[in-house]
Amino acid sequence: MKFNMNLRLKGLTVERLTLCLQNRQPQVSPGHGVRLLSTSKSLSFMEKRYWNTVFSQSEPKFSKVLIANRGEIACRVIETCRHLGIKSVAVYSEVDCFAPHVRLADEAVCIGPAPSSQSYLVMENIVEAAKNTGADAVHPGYGFLSENMDFAAKLTENNIVFVGPNSRAIHMLGDKIESKRIAKEANVSIVPGFDGEVQTDDDAVRIANEIGYPVMIKASAGGGGKGMRIAWNDDETRQGFRLSKNEAKSSFGDDRMLIEKYIDKPRHIEFQVMCDQHGNAIYLNERECSIQRRNQKVIEEAPSTFLDPETRAAMGTQATDLARAVGYDSAGTVEFLIDSERNFYFLEMNTRLQVEHPITEMITGVDLVHQMLRVAKGHPLTHTQQDIGITGWAVECRVYAEDPFKGFGLPSVGRLNKYKEPTHVSDKIRCDSGVEEGSEISVYYDSMICKLITHGHDRQDALDTMSDALDQYEIRGVTHNIPLLRDIVQEERFKAGDTTTNYLAEVYPEGFKVGHYLMLSKQLNSSEAMQLAAMAACVRYKQDVRSSSFLNNTRIKTSASLPSKQTFRVDIEGSDGFDVSLSSENDNFQVTIGEEHLKVTDNFNLSQSVLSPQISGDTTHFQLLDSSPTGHIKFRYFGTVFDVSVLTQDFAAMSQYMKEKVVPDFSGVVVAPMPGIVKSVAVSVGDMVSEGSEVCVLEAMKMQNSLTASKTAKVKKVNFKAGDTVGESDVIVELEDLS
Amino acid sequence: MYMEHYCVDFGMEKTKFPGDSVITGRGLIHGRPVFVFSQDFTVFGGSLSGVHAKKICKIMDQAMLVGAPVIGLNDSGGARIQEGVESLAGYADIFQRNVMSSGVIPQISMVMGPCAGGAVYSPALTDFTFMVKDTSYLFITGPDVVKAVSNEDVTFEELGGSKTHTVTSGVAHGAFDNDVEALMTLRHMYGYLPLSNQDESPIIKCEDPWDRDVPSLQTVIPLETTAAYDMLDVIKETVDNRDFFQIMPDHAKNIVVGFARMNGRTVGVVGNQPKEAAGCLDINSSTKGARFVRFCDAFNIPLITFVDVPGFLPGTAQEHGGIIRHGAKLLYAYAEATVPKLTIITRKGYGGAYDVMSSKHLRGDINYAWPTAEVAVMGAKGAVSIIFRGDSNLETSEEEYIDKFANPFPAAVRGYVDDIIEPRTTRRKLCEDLELLAGKKQTNPKKKHGNIPL
Repeated sequence: MKFNMNLRLKGLTVERLTLCLQNRQPQVSPGHGVRLLSTSKSLSFMEKRYWNTVFSQSEPKFSKVLIANRGEIACRVIETCRHLGIKSVAVYSEVDCFAPHVRLADEAVCIGPAPSSQSYLVMENIVEAAKNTGADAVHPGYGFLSENMDFAAKLTENNIVFVGPNSRAIHMLGDKIESKRIAKEANVSIVPGFDGEVQTDDDAVRIANEIGYPVMIKASAGGGGKGMRIAWNDDETRQGFRLSKNEAKSSFGDDRMLIEKYIDKPRHIEFQVMCDQHGNAIYLNERECSIQRRNQKVIEEAPSTFLDPETRAAMGTQATDLARAVGYDSAGTVEFLIDSERNFYFLEMNTRLQVEHPITEMITGVDLVHQMLRVAKGHPLTHTQQDIGITGWAVECRVYAEDPFKGFGLPSVGRLNKYKEPTHVSDKIRCDSGVEEGSEISVYYDSMICKLITHGHDRQDALDTMSDALDQYEIRGVTHNIPLLRDIVQEERFKAGDTTTNYLAEVYPEGFKVGHYLMLSKQLNSSEAMQLAAMAACVRYKQDVRSSSFLNNTRIKTSASLPSKQTFRVDIEGSDGFDVSLSSENDNFQVTIGEEHLKVTDNFNLSQSVLSPQISGDTTHFQLLDSSPTGHIKFRYFGTVFDVSVLTQDFAAMSQYMKEKVVPDFSGVVVAPMPGIVKSVAVSVGDMVSEGSEVCVLEAMKMQNSLTASKTAKVKKVNFKAGDTVGESDVIVELEDLS
Repeated sequence: MYMEHYCVDFGMEKTKFPGDSVITGRGLIHGRPVFVFSQDFTVFGGSLSGVHAKKICKIMDQAMLVGAPVIGLNDSGGARIQEGVESLAGYADIFQRNVMSSGVIPQISMVMGPCAGGAVYSPALTDFTFMVKDTSYLFITGPDVVKAVSNEDVTFEELGGSKTHTVTSGVAHGAFDNDVEALMTLRHMYGYLPLSNQDESPIIKCEDPWDRDVPSLQTVIPLETTAAYDMLDVIKETVDNRDFFQIMPDHAKNIVVGFARMNGRTVGVVGNQPKEAAGCLDINSSTKGARFVRFCDAFNIPLITFVDVPGFLPGTAQEHGGIIRHGAKLLYAYAEATVPKLTIITRKGYGGAYDVMSSKHLRGDINYAWPTAEVAVMGAKGAVSIIFRGDSNLETSEEEYIDKFANPFPAAVRGYVDDIIEPRTTRRKLCEDLELLAGKKQTNPKKKHGNIPL
């Protein structure tokens, strides 16, 4: 295989060399990969997790399954395959050659270079890999080729089973216009909208006016929020239509667009269905996925706080009706929008395993991947609707590599130079991920790091575990959205279950800001701020002790003892300062802040990344991210990073005489907020731009982001042209003031 | 404390200040002794009088006597013109002591204000010169004189500001945001240094497990041999608590030097930086590296060298600038050093630059290679075009060459690399080796001093 040749030429570690050599002749040693496998998980947890599994051990099964995907979903499918004793084959692009899914599988085949259009989306290579490895089935995961009927057809031609619905069902449901018609016929309630495809932006504006604003513009082939925009007026319709069309073209190669009524105050509730080839269909209850940004889900839960048993049954029945109407025969998801009156409208049906399937698994005890494999093999479902209940509550947080302070999440890239999932905290925590320490989050693929799932006997229990898990989740090297997730799980409205798809915009009208929950600037005496200040002082004290404890300087006698009582000036970013007095005794710090006395246990050391002292009896988690010699300590506390300055009294007294540094003004430039590719530049030197007008479009993570001028000015310089690659904070366009 | 100047010319006898324009004394930093002088700009612009110099000389002598470092906080307008040659003599007395102390006790200068004329040479003679951004300047002659002599218009900042000296000239080893941060950082840095050349490098209690596995090092080297990566990632992930104090972070960025700790023990770390100019050695990086290596050698600080060097930078600018002479400095410094020398070849070790970077041949104690290492005279393309000159089938030849040389084995089978190690084990191995090498005794032939190519 030609790709492997290239790989071999590159620098590889011994382990990697072995792996790659092995991959060159995958057919020679099937099962050889098992020995290389280094999974620390024992498989017995599978039985515990999927307690509601009913099947005959002796029924025929696939002998080898190829997983046409990467990352966490590939790992997830392989896990089930291994549990069932089915051999697994991973496919990977060149940059993924050391990814966990490759190591976890029994065999692995390289299918091309990094861009997914040249690897994970190339059907020929994947079919070829399946043939060469002798796989008798292919599981597509989600995304990539999961809803591509040509792919399914190609596999069938080669006598390989596509683990998913039949091509006809994909065809009927995959197209949003088509699926609406079918739903209508099957008596499923649908959203009012324009019945057909929209050609031009003038058309779009006309139709939008007919339906009435707000409207939703979306790509017919779209999914996952790509190529989807909401418009509230004519201008937004035009702009949204254009951007979505481009996005649809580059993401799906299909730029057919449609427009529909946008329902205000809606909840996004979807039903998991499971069908077989014998006409059986059951629903595995709902998932509430209302917490979204840019129409991409952030937090999902099952069940929904909003559904009563009647509505649930009604929705579930419609979902299975629709599935039966198209002859559906695999796992699928029927999405509904539901308004405050519990009127629900069919949105679309996803003919794949969803990202958020684990929460359904957690409350039903059913292994959906297992069931997909079974029905694909032709077995009938072993569950009836009565077997499916709701056990406890499950919540999923999607941990993304993105900056939540920019539009609730702009993708970021980097290497995970430290990475530790919080699964050790509790056995109610499940992490579905396809990364490990040292993995690269690259621009080529989705920026999701992990799906963090917690299960509890009730909703609050699951949320409490989630808070704990988020606090102890160590991710370094990339910016991630844990601050936002941590904030949401303790936010009052969310805790009350009062969520809509506009939740983020309503709760954080000005965008998500640092320390939103703590609101340090407003509540100076909040106990959280106090704890943070106390902890900062303790860390500083321990640092001082450490740096004056020399083990080997004996020539000149040194006096290393520090005063037993110290007072520090602690400034937390965005708040007034505290004077913190501290004394150390019997493995405890006695901390005094004003009138308050706190006892902090001295049970941590400064090399740990999660410090969990008891502060006045309560265990609190602090992640120590960084500390500088200048007294700045960076903590992650309640998910958010706080820069705390801790100075001794002397230095604090001197600091007041230091001049404030002038922060350079960036309003005169347009900088790239993240790495990406310049899609188009709308201005040239000498042009006039007004505040908020589009200057250029940056494509990153397949999302098109319109960058705008922050003031009315004249374009002085354009540093990049369309097609150029830019790094984060590169200056794309320079502006000069009008004279 | 009570010393006053004794100048009687130009009415100076009427204005006297106890202590004159410098404050001197000693104290403790984290419990360890240090001698400090601080020039006082509020007294005659911090200008150097005979008395001023005597006070400084006094503490420098004491420091030498007990073996403890000297820190100077410089803020001096230059010579006290009223005192004439007396002032110049004072300078020379300090210079002489700077030189005599060099290599015996660490000397650090923190330039906190504008320093001109004679005042700039003492910092230049010390081991480390730091500056404060926006408030400190170093120049031989100020902008006015420059204008008068060469009719060149230049600002203070441009001529001798912290940016000029930390980025371009390499005169200063670092710059800080303000005085408070500068002093705090100085205290931190002091913790890395031994009191004198009679002491071993200091060890503090280490909480970061010395045998910690570092999985992220496995993937730090990109798949493409031509792709860049950040050597700072490698260094930070290897050392205690990711704590790396960089010397000259902004000058000659293609080499990274600085202090860190391994299992609590101070080490000097040198690394080629593939992110900048492919990590090649040029005039500036060679000089920067050489100075640091010599400091570590003088003060018993073990050296860890991370090698990823494609060679010396070619071109007329470099050749005319004397890359041969300057490059030889780094070679000289490594060859001369007798402290424990550990080397890790992370990727490229090409040509003469491979030899220079703490190779086995320059008495490297333990030399490791990662599996990604390639040690050869040059990269495949260049080599093949020479070996197979005129051959039409260069591509196959290139592959053959890569098969032969783009791996650590040719060096390993000859014993030039002691072991090929999994990157994740690097920290553990280095810590073990440092323990072992703490007992290393090696001396160079007795001589007055060597003749390093200056």
